[in-house]
Amino acid sequence: MRFMMFMLPNIPQEGEWMPTPEAVAEMTKYNNELTRAGVLLELDGLHSQAEGVRVTFAADGKRSITDGPFTEAKEMIGGYWIIQVKSKEEAVEWASRCPQNDCAVEVRQIFEMAEFPPEVQEAAAAG
Amino acid sequence: MTDADVHRAIDAVWRIESARLIARLARLVRDVGVAEELAQDALVAALERWPESGIPDNPGAWLMATAKYRAIDVLRRRTALEGKQAELVRRSEYLAERAEVDLDAELDDDIGDDLLRLVFVACHPVLSTEARVALTLRLLGGLTTDEIARAFLVRESTVAQRIVRAKRTLSEANVPFEVPHGSERGVRLASVLEVIYLVFNEGYSATAGDDWMRPGLCEDALRLGRILAELLPNEPEVHGLVALMEIQASRLAARVGPAGEAVLLLDQPRDRWDQLLIRRGLAALARAEALGRALGPYSLQAAIAACHARARRAEDTDWTRIAALYDALAQIAPSPVVELNRAVALAMAFGPAAGLEVVDALNADGALAGYHLLPSVRGDLLAKLGRFNEARTEFELAASLTRNARERELLLARAAIETPPAR
Repeated sequence: MRFMMFMLPNIPQEGEWMPTPEAVAEMTKYNNELTRAGVLLELDGLHSQAEGVRVTFAADGKRSITDGPFTEAKEMIGGYWIIQVKSKEEAVEWASRCPQNDCAVEVRQIFEMAEFPPEVQEAAAAG
Repeated sequence: MTDADVHRAIDAVWRIESARLIARLARLVRDVGVAEELAQDALVAALERWPESGIPDNPGAWLMATAKYRAIDVLRRRTALEGKQAELVRRSEYLAERAEVDLDAELDDDIGDDLLRLVFVACHPVLSTEARVALTLRLLGGLTTDEIARAFLVRESTVAQRIVRAKRTLSEANVPFEVPHGSERGVRLASVLEVIYLVFNEGYSATAGDDWMRPGLCEDALRLGRILAELLPNEPEVHGLVALMEIQASRLAARVGPAGEAVLLLDQPRDRWDQLLIRRGLAALARAEALGRALGPYSLQAAIAACHARARRAEDTDWTRIAALYDALAQIAPSPVVELNRAVALAMAFGPAAGLEVVDALNADGALAGYHLLPSVRGDLLAKLGRFNEARTEFELAASLTRNARERELLLARAAIETPPAR
């Protein structure tokens, strides 16, 4: 099974933000550990939410476009990992080893097509 | 946390830590079987303590420290038994002195080497193939005996026996805990790769059971392959095997139809191929090729799989390149099955007559007599050449040879179709 781990750093939305070389070195060590354990499938870091754009659809389908930063957002995604492991507990154990302070790592399982009911699978195949 | 939660968390820690733990212990006690038992003892201790104390911050270090004390005991006892050999005395005294100190940092540097030694020992040719598979999944994959038994549909006691016997064989044969060098290395590496691919294939097209695929085993094999690729970054065939498995695994969701039936490669809905795994497979193949040596059998098979993966539609497949790759494969790893695949590729690239020539040679050779795919392919090529009566005979022969009921139906249906069109 696959999980996505989201890095939710507690950093200001606005202004310049760059991780320190020490933090990057620690994180690289962690990423290498995931690779050496054969569990890491993919990872990426994201530009600041301040540079992001949000396309919002209202209940009536009306579309609006907002530039970041998004003041109402409580947390932002700084990056993600996709890992392949045997259990949710294993994913949580890997997330627990992330060498960071003042942040959260959220662990979410990725859907497999086989988990959907047949009619959903058919709709996906027809699309 | 309930006890059940803690036990599941301990399982997860075990999955992550057990191979490293066993590898480090094996270096200390120079016996993989003893190392595995020491690691198991540490696991039992964790199962007793952690539900009360909570899971420690560094569970790997806790397990290692617990196992290390017992390892020192083992070394002391052995030293006494073996008449106080100087080296062992020094070693156990040294370890006892350092017992308070954390050895992990010191051992950590060499953990890659220890893991690699463990890989080579678990796949040692002195063991039967079954024993190698069971030991590799147990020592390196972190699977329990029960999980291995369920994966291979055998009784748990059978797997347990296999592992006990394998450990005894290694001990009796005095198999050294080391990475092979020189001329031995190539043969031993081939044995490691064979074991991993065997695990993968058991998941990809199970030889027993109701489900003809068990993706969990494919994931276990991929994990082992990816670990090995980091341990041996300069071995092209390791990357070749990883590439082959990643690309084949990318098709898992597409190769089974709604009724659970097999869907052939060219009929698979390609939008259900896993692009992440394809990307990883192509990257692994590029790593193999970048090492600049002649491609080995796994890399060549991966290169063939990559041709299919790159084609957006079946009709976009680069059959000329696939035929050339099969040609190369037939030269370094000749087998009748490779030859049959080469015939199919030649037919797709250069027309049915080119393929039929190779198939007829195989037919005359007799090595594939009784293998239903030979007449099945021959029938297909004959039909494309308009030789319908001969084609029908081949499909009927193929139908009589297959053991799979559904395949038999399909072949008989094709035999029925292959009648000369009315004028």
